[in-house]
Amino acid sequence: MGLTLTWLSVIVLIPLAGLFLRTLELSPEQFWSILSSRRTLNALRISFGLAFAAACVNLVMGTIIVWALVRYRFPGRRLFDAIVDVPFALPTAVAGVALTALFAEKGWLGAPLAELGVKVAFTPIGIFVAMVFIGIPFVVRTVQPVLLDLDPEIEEAAACLGANRWHTIVRVILPSLTPALLTGLALAFARAVGEYGSVIFIAGNLPNVSEIAPLLIVIRLSEFRYADATAIAVVMLVVSFVIIFAVNRLQRWARSRIPAD
Amino acid sequence: MTMQLTHSVSLTPPADKARARASAAAAGIRTEPKLVRIAVITLAVLFLTVFVVLPLVVVFAQAFSKGIAAYLAALSEPEAQSAIRLTLLVAAISVGLNLLFGVIAAWAIAKFEFNGKTFLISLIDLPFSVSPVISGLVFVLLFGAQGYWGAWLREHDIQILFAVPGIVLATTFVTFPFVARALIPLMQEQGTQEEEAAISLGASGLQTFFRVTLPNIKWGVLYGVLLCNARAMGEFGAVSVVSGHIRGETNTMPLFVEILYNEYQFVAAFGIASLLAMLALVTLVIKAILERHLDEGQP
Repeated sequence: MGLTLTWLSVIVLIPLAGLFLRTLELSPEQFWSILSSRRTLNALRISFGLAFAAACVNLVMGTIIVWALVRYRFPGRRLFDAIVDVPFALPTAVAGVALTALFAEKGWLGAPLAELGVKVAFTPIGIFVAMVFIGIPFVVRTVQPVLLDLDPEIEEAAACLGANRWHTIVRVILPSLTPALLTGLALAFARAVGEYGSVIFIAGNLPNVSEIAPLLIVIRLSEFRYADATAIAVVMLVVSFVIIFAVNRLQRWARSRIPAD
Repeated sequence: MTMQLTHSVSLTPPADKARARASAAAAGIRTEPKLVRIAVITLAVLFLTVFVVLPLVVVFAQAFSKGIAAYLAALSEPEAQSAIRLTLLVAAISVGLNLLFGVIAAWAIAKFEFNGKTFLISLIDLPFSVSPVISGLVFVLLFGAQGYWGAWLREHDIQILFAVPGIVLATTFVTFPFVARALIPLMQEQGTQEEEAAISLGASGLQTFFRVTLPNIKWGVLYGVLLCNARAMGEFGAVSVVSGHIRGETNTMPLFVEILYNEYQFVAAFGIASLLAMLALVTLVIKAILERHLDEGQP
């Protein structure tokens, strides 16, 4: 017990506390002027905005994928089920260079897209693509166990009572999946906001246009502007704490919805 | 296997509604019209192919684009070799530390009751939700030249940042939760009866742990170590911030991929990347095998 706490403190708590202490050394005006500078605001806006858009795509596509994997049988189903985990397991730098090669103007997908006039690599769309990639597993893996456990009888009951298939899905199945769907959305969002490795290769990294907040932290550190780096980090950290808290509440809500029979 | 049946409510003629419903309830009611099913499967497969399969294929295609000889030559460069060695060393230390801690933490949380347990679990989870860049930044703030202990470290000539200890610390931070998280639910489920029986039969604490607890959780331990190792070898953001990118000294494999890529040495960059991609694929295969063992262990 004591050992657990000591180790936790040494590796996690003391370093994180250091970050907050550093922030306290800044005066409120300093803190505010760092955060309200144009470049910081744009980086935060790009990270949070694109991460939210990517998480929404993951929500929709994740629901479709998990439905296909759980409810239907098709050749290669088990393979595709395993493939969902690749973004978890693949080192982010590898994902970054691979996506860049794929979507660059001469890449397999970049070339046809360029003919259509869509430039993906080295634009904000590239950041979005990388964030979608790393968020794929979250919605699928949080919803999958819930969908598998769903009692078939409630669907049959709905159909017997005259609901058509669409009504059954929207009114009966989706509400039971809501907590899991929202948890997946929140986790994908949190991951995308903080993502660094897979994004920086494809992003182009133009200040104010395609520069994500984690990259700005790295740039400020390399300029020895520790205060700036710390202030941005604290904002991102507070947001991830809020997300963890929200996810924990969601899980509790999900548990309370299971009928106590 | 109800979802394999192709009947759907809408396709049956409305004349005999009652019977149609009864037979539908018995059979194909829990599925959608064929067109919808095909559309959903196609979308899912297409999306996963574009976003997951193609990037994997690109890595290997680029790595072998100049032939196998060029691939092998790129991997046998001394700098590539030293990056591989450093990655293995760092992963071995971090996984070892987190294995030891993870087992102790899971044991304390699962087998004893105390206040603030949920809080402790959330703290263990913390590194999962912190941006990798911030994970590196916290160590720069502690040990960097302007950091809290920077001056003291310089006086005593101890190098942590931009050296192997810093990389190990950052890697340990980001891989902190894996082993503990794999074990906590498993150990909670198993309860304490077997340990109590062992103790009451006269076994010592350590004997109980090695003869009773450990055999029960061995698949869970392997599962945690596997995921911990995959992340430790592949970590980029946190390590990038603390490493200083000194070629041949503090470059891990993912960092070396970045450097080679930025120098337009694509065969070499994707060569190292292909090794990491293979690590990911092997990890997923072993994970599937371990999951089967873990499922069998369930009552």
